[in-house]
Amino acid sequence: MANELRTKSAFEIGRLIRDKQISSPEVTRVFLDAAKADFSKAVGADDKINAFTDLTEEYAMHRAEEIQKQIETGENLSPFSGVPVAIKDCICTTNGTTTASSKILEGYVSPYDAEVVRRLNAAGTVMIGKVNMDEFAMGGSTETSHYGITRNPWDLSRVPGGSSGGSAASVAAGFAAFALGSDTGGSIRQPCSFNNLTGVKPTYGSVSRYGLMAYGSSLDQIGPLCHDVRDAAAVLSIISGPDKRDSTNIMDESFELCSVIHHFENVADKPLKGLKIGLPTNYLEMDGLAHDVRETIIQARNKYKELGAEIIDFELPLIDYAVPTYLIVSAAEASSNLSRYDGVKYGYRADGDDLLDVYYNTRSEGFGTEVKRRIMLGSFVLSSGYFDAYYKKALKVRALIKQAFDEALSKVDVILSPVCPTEAYEIGGQIKDPIAMYLGDIYTTSVNLTGLPAVSLPAGFSNNNLPIGMQLIGKTLSEEKLLGVAAEFQKVTDYHKKRAF
Amino acid sequence: MQITDELIDYLCVLSRLKLTGEEREGRKKDLGDILQYMEKLNELDTDGVREMTHPFEEFNYFREDMITNGDDRENLMTIAPERKGDYFKVKKAVD
Repeated sequence: MANELRTKSAFEIGRLIRDKQISSPEVTRVFLDAAKADFSKAVGADDKINAFTDLTEEYAMHRAEEIQKQIETGENLSPFSGVPVAIKDCICTTNGTTTASSKILEGYVSPYDAEVVRRLNAAGTVMIGKVNMDEFAMGGSTETSHYGITRNPWDLSRVPGGSSGGSAASVAAGFAAFALGSDTGGSIRQPCSFNNLTGVKPTYGSVSRYGLMAYGSSLDQIGPLCHDVRDAAAVLSIISGPDKRDSTNIMDESFELCSVIHHFENVADKPLKGLKIGLPTNYLEMDGLAHDVRETIIQARNKYKELGAEIIDFELPLIDYAVPTYLIVSAAEASSNLSRYDGVKYGYRADGDDLLDVYYNTRSEGFGTEVKRRIMLGSFVLSSGYFDAYYKKALKVRALIKQAFDEALSKVDVILSPVCPTEAYEIGGQIKDPIAMYLGDIYTTSVNLTGLPAVSLPAGFSNNNLPIGMQLIGKTLSEEKLLGVAAEFQKVTDYHKKRAF
Repeated sequence: MQITDELIDYLCVLSRLKLTGEEREGRKKDLGDILQYMEKLNELDTDGVREMTHPFEEFNYFREDMITNGDDRENLMTIAPERKGDYFKVKKAVD
């Protein structure tokens, strides 16, 4: 019974609680016990998934009791009342630590909640802990965390992806019903692909970044990692919306995604008739794209054709330039954003001869290798003498990439592409070669550079029986249509129903 | 591009980082590789293209100039590494 509960979607769990089949404290206990069993294993143990950086057991149980009272009195009847959630460690919460998986923030407890956390709380969800990530979200494998690597629940010898690897692993392993992550260059979508989950990188500006530790401010968005599209749509409708504390917010109100949530009840022959899906054929000819990932995308294309969509094969130019552009822009913004970690007001402080020496020592001891590498890269591309040749150049190429996507999306409604060139790879497989690691983001970074929304959803399994996702990219603020297109796929397939345990 | 010791020293100053000998050798190699990879952008003609700093540049979200948060002083001071009364305590900054 306990294991079965952990396989259910957030929506199903919410319904069981609302229908009084099970109480919120009972649900919380089941998920917490599973999470605790893993959390208590020795760091570095081969069978430890290590999804969490902090478990908030006491808070979660207290909160579940509160929610249960509200349910009994009919005060709180949100579809997600009592549903257990895990929050990425770079999203500020007043309960539990928020460290961005860095030593420089070891033990840090935020004095305020992020806007997305406030919104989730209002919807009645129960946070059970903070989840592991690549340090400051810089990485694609959760191997750069100061708190140890996270293992992939589908195969413990492999990475869960990243940077939201703890978010993905916690959901795939049944430690939480859904999770929040952040996506700067693919950090929600790629872990979803590696863990058989459905995730969304929403339109830039649709979800408040207030309380998200800044990495690449013009690229970062928070989004959900869930078992299916219905859950992802529900979470997105909760967390999206206006917030005056984020000057880049573009919303007047939250996304209205009821049509997606109820999509599964409608049955129609050729439901996608009239929809144009573009498949960039050059994306499938890239070096390094695994054969079974390519086959999976072609099968998805055929499935969409069966559903009535018109498939348009076309060339989407500039893909070879997306990763270098992304690297320059993200490193520049990161070097600036991470200048705040100096050991003065919060976080780790090292000793030194004078104040300047304290800055140097705090940062040198507090940051890990990948973070230092990117700060130095960012300092380089912004430094006088190199600014025009690197940073300005990248901003111009960014404009060209945006033009290419705008043009493509003027002819098709949705673009179908791989998420990542490969299945989840072995731990240690890429970490020593930064460029190989960066190239894993080749299909995802353009979406952040352009601000467009994209969904990553289960599309099949590899020869090694590991999950493979596909990506659907839509027009600005077209989340309703985009998630509807994803929902039609999940109506006729059952990949998303498979679990790692 | 050749990554010299002088360049590494300069970047360390800009980044407020000290590197160990091993880190320094590592960065000399991988920064060189990464910068070379970034130079791929030079294949593109971008003359006359306007720089894009942000997905929606025409939009700015203004709000009223009003104080909405309360007195958070104690809340923020409790997480300071070192304090003296209501001040952050640091090493000597000026002689």
